[in-house]
Amino acid sequence: MNDLYTIKVLRYDASLPEKKPSFSSYRVRVIPGLTVLTVLNRIRDEIDGTLAFRASCRAATCGSCAMVINGKLDLACRTQVASFDSGTIILEPLPNLEIIKDLVVDMTPFWNMYERVKPYLVRNSADPEKEIFQSEEDRKRIDQFVNCILCACCYGACEVLRREPEYMGPAALAKLQRFMLDSRDERPQAFLDTVDSADGVWGCDTLLRCIDACPKEVRPTDGIVGLRKRMVKRRFSRIFGVNRED
Amino acid sequence: MRAAVGLCDKYDVALVSKVHPLRSHSIAAQGGINAALANNPDGRDDTWEKHTFDTIKGSDYLADQDAVEIMCKEAVKVVYEMEHWGCPFSRFPDGTIAQRPFGGAGFPRTCYSADLTGHVLLNTLYERAVAKGVKVYYEYVAVALAVEGGVCHGVLLIDQAKGTVIPFSSRVTLFATGGYGRIYLHSTNALINNGSGIGMAFAAGIPMKDMEFVQFHPTTLLGTNILMTEACRGEGGYLVNNKGERFMERYVPKAMELAPRDIVSRSIQTEIEIGNAFENELGKYVHLDLRHLGAKKILERLPGIRRISIDFAGVDPINEPIPIMPCQHYSMGGIDTNEKGETLIKGFYAAGECACVSVHGGNRLGGNSLLDTIVFGKLCSVSIDEYLQTHEAAPEEKVLALKKDEIEKKIRSLSEGDQRPFAVLDDLRKTMDEYVGIFRTKKELETGLEKVLAIKERYKDIKLSSPSLRMNYELIGAIELESMIDVAHATTLGALLREESRGAHFRRDFTGRNDADWLKHTLASKDGSGRLSIFYRPPVITRYQPMARTY
Repeated sequence: MNDLYTIKVLRYDASLPEKKPSFSSYRVRVIPGLTVLTVLNRIRDEIDGTLAFRASCRAATCGSCAMVINGKLDLACRTQVASFDSGTIILEPLPNLEIIKDLVVDMTPFWNMYERVKPYLVRNSADPEKEIFQSEEDRKRIDQFVNCILCACCYGACEVLRREPEYMGPAALAKLQRFMLDSRDERPQAFLDTVDSADGVWGCDTLLRCIDACPKEVRPTDGIVGLRKRMVKRRFSRIFGVNRED
Repeated sequence: MRAAVGLCDKYDVALVSKVHPLRSHSIAAQGGINAALANNPDGRDDTWEKHTFDTIKGSDYLADQDAVEIMCKEAVKVVYEMEHWGCPFSRFPDGTIAQRPFGGAGFPRTCYSADLTGHVLLNTLYERAVAKGVKVYYEYVAVALAVEGGVCHGVLLIDQAKGTVIPFSSRVTLFATGGYGRIYLHSTNALINNGSGIGMAFAAGIPMKDMEFVQFHPTTLLGTNILMTEACRGEGGYLVNNKGERFMERYVPKAMELAPRDIVSRSIQTEIEIGNAFENELGKYVHLDLRHLGAKKILERLPGIRRISIDFAGVDPINEPIPIMPCQHYSMGGIDTNEKGETLIKGFYAAGECACVSVHGGNRLGGNSLLDTIVFGKLCSVSIDEYLQTHEAAPEEKVLALKKDEIEKKIRSLSEGDQRPFAVLDDLRKTMDEYVGIFRTKKELETGLEKVLAIKERYKDIKLSSPSLRMNYELIGAIELESMIDVAHATTLGALLREESRGAHFRRDFTGRNDADWLKHTLASKDGSGRLSIFYRPPVITRYQPMARTY
């Protein structure tokens, strides 16, 4: 089945702010199996060389090409054009981030939030000669958070970020939980204080938009709720004078 | 990135990348990283020496054996180091790092994290860079090296967001710019892997080495050519033709599906040519059958493969075989470096897939590429430290300023012709696929070379849609296209001249390995008049005399 599709892309150039955002339309012939990213590449290669979008692995692993596709956040590379029978595909940049040009947004706030949670294994003990042992079960506990590709689909989908740009967002908090849950991580529980705020774990409205948006089946809300539980437990132990940092 | 982590405590290091570092292609590596940890109950007798031998044999004896020894010895240390830095490797029941069998290896020594090993290693390394406060500049695209008097004074960058050319002076520059897979139409590589770094180094006078050795991966998804990891076979997957036969039995009865990649790719290609392949509108293919592994094993060990198969081919490997075909996957060739990452130019280093040390020789073994990148990244940090302690000279700004003028002039010239950059690129890729593929002959290679040279001429008439430097991906592509053409030229010419079959380079008209004439590295450099010329250098042989490569 060969079919002509209309691809509408929201165009904007932040260096030309006097020019308002507007859609460019392209007519493209689509065969089954063609992805939105392939079509975008074809448009830039053959029709309009000025179109800006990010892409790299084209296999849903690098996280470059997150965007809004017919109203839904997803990676352009893993979305089949033929999965929409409307004949029209509307492409818009990730929400909650400033546009640089067309579908390319400024990811700086996203990476800043990522860095804020100290996204790395913290150890105080001396390293053993070989590996630090970890049971299969402990490894499994961090699995879904390890799978995060930091594409920012969740960041774009988050309703809280729409009104509270200071909120850290789902990906950063899920990353923190990835390390808090890691049996090898030795950061003090007091580290939780850094996210014990309305900008941190208490900012989440648990609307679960991030879960819907994630292309890798990560559930950031699980991470946020997990962090909240830790905090509550920590407060209780303080109130009741249990002087133990687990 | 590993080099930056090693140097940042002592020096002012900038990590510059044309994409965010976490978007780099290492993220897509699936199967694992080799190290003789001897964790697997079936691999208790494994040693780094055995890893060395397997790698040298896998390379069809073209690898430099001293460098392979260094890599395999260092492998154990770097895997533990990455684990200490937080890498979430899969585990055995005893809590040690899990290891699986891979092609061409005598023992199960491939350490893994499900089928996302590149993802976890790249993330871990980036996390370490964040922990150490390495300065990261992303979406700055390197377009030229500033070299004078045999010394590198820095690099010219395009700041994509601002749209300016930046002269970036540095006492030392290291490239880790990836392979040249995208000179082929069908490749598992990311779109960014076009060999631009190799081309920039070549333009600055550093030879390209062993470019004709291009690895074709046996199992890539039909249509999109997304990698289906070797771990699919390591975990027990079968390759099956349209007659329902496990055809590897006819080619390598002992190793079967776990023969090295070059051999399995040629076997599949032969099945396709003799009419034993399936066919649909996307092309000819054979089946990678995982069904007998069962849902549990597939979900635990190969979840990413399952996801990709469902998303990109509409096939759930639990219930159906995966349609696969071989295509370009890895670049054994690259910037000519030694085991310290040094090149002909002082202050310029290279590591990873863009470099050719050479540890992979004619064919890389699965699980050795992540290893190569991390080991030689680390060793580069050591040799760069030594260099900086003995070389105090500051980079010369005027060399950079001159180069900047040159680049800006060149960019302006890219708007004067009448050829769309993509039309030229598309022809280049089709040429490489058709004439410099899995099976090669003199006649085809001659035609390929002719076409590449014609494409080189056409490049002079490029016309961009817009001359703006700001967020102009077409412009970046057009600048890099020049490198791609040089890289394709060296690959094709090297393949044409090498009248033997070794590793991934297979000549139908010279089917045997010929050590008497061809046990040597191919080097392509620019001669005085700017033309590409070829010379040769023998590989380093320490303990392992070349033997027949049978599996």
